Amino acid sequence: MTANASSQPSGWTADAHRFLRTARARQIAVVPDAGLSRLLALCESDRTMRVVRLTTEEEGVALLAGAWLGGEKGILLMQSSGVGNCVNMLGLALACRFPLLMLVTMRGEPGESNPAQVPMGSAVERVLDAMGVQVSRTEREDEIAFLLAAAFDRAYADESPHAVLIAQRALGFKEFK
Amino acid sequence: MKLHRRDVVRRLLADRGDLLVVAGLGAPAWDVTAAGDHPLTFPMWGAMGGAAMMGLGLALAQPKRRVLVVTGDGEMLMGLGSLATIGVQRPRNLTVVVLDNERYGETGMQKTHTALGVDLAGVAKAAGFARAMRVTSMARVAQLARLIHRGRGPVFAQVKVLAEKPPLVLPPKDGVQLKGRFRDALASNRRRG
Repeated sequence: MTANASSQPSGWTADAHRFLRTARARQIAVVPDAGLSRLLALCESDRTMRVVRLTTEEEGVALLAGAWLGGEKGILLMQSSGVGNCVNMLGLALACRFPLLMLVTMRGEPGESNPAQVPMGSAVERVLDAMGVQVSRTEREDEIAFLLAAAFDRAYADESPHAVLIAQRALGFKEFK
Repeated sequence: MKLHRRDVVRRLLADRGDLLVVAGLGAPAWDVTAAGDHPLTFPMWGAMGGAAMMGLGLALAQPKRRVLVVTGDGEMLMGLGSLATIGVQRPRNLTVVVLDNERYGETGMQKTHTALGVDLAGVAKAAGFARAMRVTSMARVAQLARLIHRGRGPVFAQVKVLAEKPPLVLPPKDGVQLKGRFRDALASNRRRG
């Protein structure tokens, strides 16, 4: 629970990447987080995928709407603070029924060492719920790839927005030292 | 010289061929509709700041088609970071045209940052667009129309237009319908092609 997220050995990233590749997720929109760095590296080395680095997470909501207009699937990767940046843009996905999957690594949960992360982190689920985004959350690393696959398939089957939240406990806490 | 926005958009969309169009909310969405409602135009009713990114997602998904984003200065200013994101991706098939009237037209014509010295074309150039231009004549609009179809993008054009309010010509309001007709038209277009 005190390990640095980026050095934590984890098998979920390989499973998640394999699923995304098979599901033809082509546009990988991202504002990086330590817990997502291994998945990001796998996507970057995959020639069937295009990693799109964003300056703010809401860009990814619009990007993936445009991708779906053009017939392509994708995923939006971010840290929980980015959820707040997405709120108004989520209206695009909801009003037009664009599929959207956000994979969110949590900060600001009990055990967080940075108090500035707490207000947004503790509101993430309620904010997403208030906007009408369907949320699943896990504290277990071995559940992440399964939940990701289920939410992705649902998002594109129903043309609806979904978020999978990865609890800090699942990947380890960031320490300032 | 400042231009009439409807003249500019009508010229840009004349002979549009298989061009894919995203229009930012407000006046640009009315302008593209006044030029002729089209299933391969996606007019936005909200999501301010998202037009250029929507164009990027579409351009990456459809690399063999040309993609045009038509939006306003206020909408572009709200998504300035997307110019940096596009500058990194450098899609050759994307053009972003900002109809710059230096005003927030839908809320009472209040000044935007472009009325107060911000140089949008300069921002796009610095962000890595292959070409960024300021357009103040219909001759340059004609050149821009050629670039939209044949230029090596990403191209950015800031077209200076009058702060005028031409009659409203509204596109369909149902976003689900707008999305569905676009995807259907693209699919049948592809089958024919």
